[in-house]
Order: sequence, then structure tokens, then C-alpha cells
Amino acid sequence: MSDIKVVEKPGPFTEEEKKLVNVPSDTFVTERDKDKPLVLETRHLGIDFGGLTAVDEFNIGIGATEITGLIGPNGAGKTTVFNLLTKVYEPTRGTILLNGVDTHGMNPASVNKAGIARTFQNIRLFDKLTVEENVKIGLHNRTDYGMFTGIFRLPKYWKEEKKSHEIALELLDIFGMADQADVRADSLPYGAQRRLEIVRALATDPKILLLDEPAAGMNPSETEELMKNIAKIRDTFGIAVMLIEHDMKLVMGICEVIAVLNFGKIIAKGTPTEIRNNPQVIEAYLGSKKDE
Amino acid sequence: MKRSKNRFVNYIIVLVFFAVFQILLSTGTLSSLLKGQLIPIVSYMIMAVSLNLVVGISGELSLGHAGFMSVGAFTGVIVEAALLSKMDPSALNGNMGMQMMILAVAIVIGAAVAAVAGFLIGIPVLRLNGDYLAIVTLAFGEIIKNLLYCLYVYIDDRGLHFSLDPNSLNGTTVLNGPMGALGIKKISTFAAGCVLLLIVLFIIQNLINSKSGRAIMAIRDNRIAAEASGLHVTKYKLMAFVTSAAMAGAAGALYALNYSTIVPKKFDFNTSILVLVFVVLGGIGNMTGSLIAAALLTVLPEMLREFSTYRMLIYAIVLITVMLLTNNAKFKAFLNGPFHKEKKEGKE
Repeated sequence: MSDIKVVEKPGPFTEEEKKLVNVPSDTFVTERDKDKPLVLETRHLGIDFGGLTAVDEFNIGIGATEITGLIGPNGAGKTTVFNLLTKVYEPTRGTILLNGVDTHGMNPASVNKAGIARTFQNIRLFDKLTVEENVKIGLHNRTDYGMFTGIFRLPKYWKEEKKSHEIALELLDIFGMADQADVRADSLPYGAQRRLEIVRALATDPKILLLDEPAAGMNPSETEELMKNIAKIRDTFGIAVMLIEHDMKLVMGICEVIAVLNFGKIIAKGTPTEIRNNPQVIEAYLGSKKDE
Repeated sequence: MKRSKNRFVNYIIVLVFFAVFQILLSTGTLSSLLKGQLIPIVSYMIMAVSLNLVVGISGELSLGHAGFMSVGAFTGVIVEAALLSKMDPSALNGNMGMQMMILAVAIVIGAAVAAVAGFLIGIPVLRLNGDYLAIVTLAFGEIIKNLLYCLYVYIDDRGLHFSLDPNSLNGTTVLNGPMGALGIKKISTFAAGCVLLLIVLFIIQNLINSKSGRAIMAIRDNRIAAEASGLHVTKYKLMAFVTSAAMAGAAGALYALNYSTIVPKKFDFNTSILVLVFVVLGGIGNMTGSLIAAALLTVLPEMLREFSTYRMLIYAIVLITVMLLTNNAKFKAFLNGPFHKEKKEGKE
């Protein structure tokens, strides 16, 4: 990671960039992404559940090919942030800009089409479909034929199905799962189910991939493998990755920028080294001396 | 893989079923009781397959499938009467081609009207999560029945008339409120029914094995993940529900045009549950099972007639036995035994 320098986004700004003047000044992007527009940006994002403020003043900017980690103690609101970004919850406050487009009023399906794909903390696969069919659901919006073409098996059906079959196998091959294409999803081992979920998310052709605890329940060697795969995804597809994870080895090893969330607020943002030495972060994880 | 193989099995089952009974019919060895049951059996097969699309594939519960059958049935009857009123009554006798043409038109329009009804119900209900479809379809079945109770349709010199007032009846009565449709010309045939069943199987099975069917099953398996994968949930639920309603409408038209009179009460809640029993007993999501269950359970009450008073008791015992057996792992293994081994060996 030493070759990637994290810098504050420099000026001078072009006319186009001036529109984004409200960007929180503490946004970081990696050197290589500094000339590209931010893939995801949130401003003053927040949500209340009744009287409880789950997330507040969540400001983050993610560069086009950046790997960002979102960490924090249990109940800090990390998954809630993912649910806000993918519109499972409608934010109470603030805006989410995806490639500069405000996602206000979008539903989970349209925000996916706009370029966010995600995996879930508790695996959500289409259990009774095969591995290949699961990936094909991810390819759904790229498979271009309608209901009647499907029923009457017009030439376009065969062409498009062949295409999506090939893409599905290609994607599965990245994770070494092509030989399991015909297996039912619920009969896969746990680690493979997690991988399949990532493949399905990738199939929707996202600009940013949100991974919710991808290493949960994995052994050290599987986690090692996963780290390589995440880097591979970023390099092959040129997309940004944002991940929630408790495994510090993975987070510190792969993330270029880390944001720490506690009680729904970002308490620190920076490079892994900065985060490791941040007194506030240490306090959030280990408690302060006063509490003793 | 398994699904696409089963597809052809179902076509073969229908063709064999048709061939066997057509031979029995032509040789005259079929009892008159069973002869009269042939078209209802085919109609219920279509009903079961179409309901399986909603219950098994889309994962929603519909308790008013007979309502769509009813819509199709009475639309079919009205269409037939309207078409016949335009032609010389003797022209139909022995003219098989003309008869089939009228039947086809009646079935298509019956299916279309049922599809519209399904669409109107589906739009608000399928946006919701949960058991609302069951509640609303249950009400729909009753509403349709009660609407038909006070609907009077007649044909006079000025054409087709719809009315809610029994005193306005004039000319030829088509629909006489609670008395139902009278004087229907019986134009349904067993062969036409089997062709319709094949078409329905073709549409439903190809739908399931296409991009849309995949989406419908994905939504059934995990709605949240389906949405996150960019699927428009309401659209695909509606697609399954409306297709199913249209098929039920077609079955209704076929069914009604097999009788000279038909009453709205025929398509009540009990009929909806009966079709649901076919689906559950045949195996949810299993089209072959639906076909077989529909055929056997339609014939069974007639076969049990000799037990007179104990008829329904035995019917119930048969249902319970089948349910217990099909859920028994050992029995299943026994049934699948030879095939399972072959498959495993083939894969290795």
C-alpha cells in the first residue's frame, strides 16, 4: 500500500467541480483517482428511527477505484449506512450522490441500476436456484429480451441466453466456481455462498461494490484468499469497493481509506496507519481510562 | 437442469393422456360417467398448472382462483351467444371448423377478460409484502360470484345488453342472474381441451425457463436480494399473477362451454380450495404433480360414488394418506430409487 498516497483533493476546481462545492472538506481520495469524479459521495446523511438517531452527519467521498473500509463497534450503524446507500431505508436527512447523481426518490432496484451493488451480512442467495441462475439474476438488466420473446423462444432469446450464460461462467471463473454452476445455491458450503453473493453483485455491473462483513465466518486462509479476490475485483473491473468488516487484518491490509463509525457518527477517517494511532478510535474500541 | 427435463415429460404425459382416452372414446369402452368428466378434468388440469405458477413459482397464495375461472367461463358463454346470434343456427351443426373457431374466440376473450381482472387486483395488492394477496383474492372470488348473481345479459334485435334488473330481460336470455347461463351450445371437445392444455403448459413452462421466470423465482426466494440485484419486484409478481389469471380464464371458458347450463355458484370458494388442494398435493412448484393430482382428484369422487354416504370420508382419507406418503423420505426414496442412482452415477 506504500505506493498509494492519500491526499486531500487539491484545487483549482473546474467549473464542473464547482457545483460540488458542498463536498465536506474532509474528503480523501487516492492520488490515482484525484482527477476522476467521486463515485459515491454523501452529505450530512442521517436517519432517525422514531426518536433514535441511528446515523447522523455521515459524510464520505469515495474515489473511482478506491477500497474503503467502514469499521466500528457493534451497533455503531455500519449496516444502516449500507441500507441507506442502497435505499433499503430512505434517509431522514442529507443527500447521496452516485456519480454526481442524487439518488433521492430511487428504490433499491433503480439505485442498483444506477451503479451500487451489495452483499448482505446474513447471506441472501436465491436458495432454490442454481449457482449459474443466481449470477444470471445479477445479469438480468443486461439480458435484453422481454416476456414474449422468452415464451415463444424467438432467436433473440437464444442469443441473449447464450451471452448471459457465457458472462455468468466467466464471472464465476474469477472465483473458481465455474465447475459448480449447476449446483443449487443452498447446497454450497458457507464460504462459497459468500463468494457467490459477491459474484452476483458484480454481475449487475456496478460502479461501487458494498460488502457487508465479507469475511464473517471464514477461516484465516479463506480470509487471505478473499483479500486477494477483493483486490482482483478492483483491478479487473476498475470499480470502487466499500466494506464493513471486523477482521482487522483484512481491513488494515486491504483498505486505502478507513472510516470509523461510533454511535452513528464518523469519529475518524484516514489511512490505516492514521486510524491505528488515532486516540479516539482506540477509545471507541477499548474504552477510555475515565470509565475504569 | 431438472426443470427443463421435466418440461418435456409434461408434454408427453398430456399426449399419452389424450391418446389413451381418445382411443377409449372411439372404441366406446368409456363409461358415460367418465366421458362426461373428460373436459372438466382437462379444465382442472389447466387450473392446477396455472395456480401452481402463482403458489409454487411466484410464492404468493391465491385463494380466489375460481373467481378468474368464473370470469372466463361467463365471458366465454356471452361471447359464444353473441357470435351464434349473428349466424344461422343450423350452420353450426356438423361444422366442426366453425365450432372450433367460436370456441377459440370464446377462450381467448375469456382469458383476456380474466387477465384484466387479475391485473386490476394485482396492481394494488402485489405492491405489498405478506399475505395480502390471499385475503384480496378470497374476497375477489366472492365478489365475482355475487356480481354474477345480479347480472342479467340478453340479446335482442339491437344486440347484446347488460343489466342489473331482471325485469329488463328481453329477446334471448344469455345470463339470468342466480340461475346462471342457460341454453349454452356445447362446443368444447376433449381434443380442443388437450390442445389448450398443451398451449398453457408451453406458455407457463417457457415463461418459467426464461429471464422473467428466473426473476419471479428469485423474488420468491429472497425479495430483498432480488431488489438489490435490480429486479422490479411488482412487475414480475404481476406478470406471474396475470398470466395465471388468464390461463384460469381460458380453463373457465373451456369448462363452461361443455355444459348447457352453468351457475355462478359452481365457482365458489370450495372450487378455489379444490384447485389449491391439487397444487399442494401434486407438490408446490411441480407442474407434473399438479397435472396428475388434478386428474386423479377430479375422477376420485365419481369413482367413490358406490360408497355413497362414506364417499367424502374416503376422499379425505385418500388425501391424508397421499400427503403423509409424499412427505415420507423413505417412501420418496423408494419411488425415486432407481432413477436417483442412475443420476448420481451419471454425474460422477
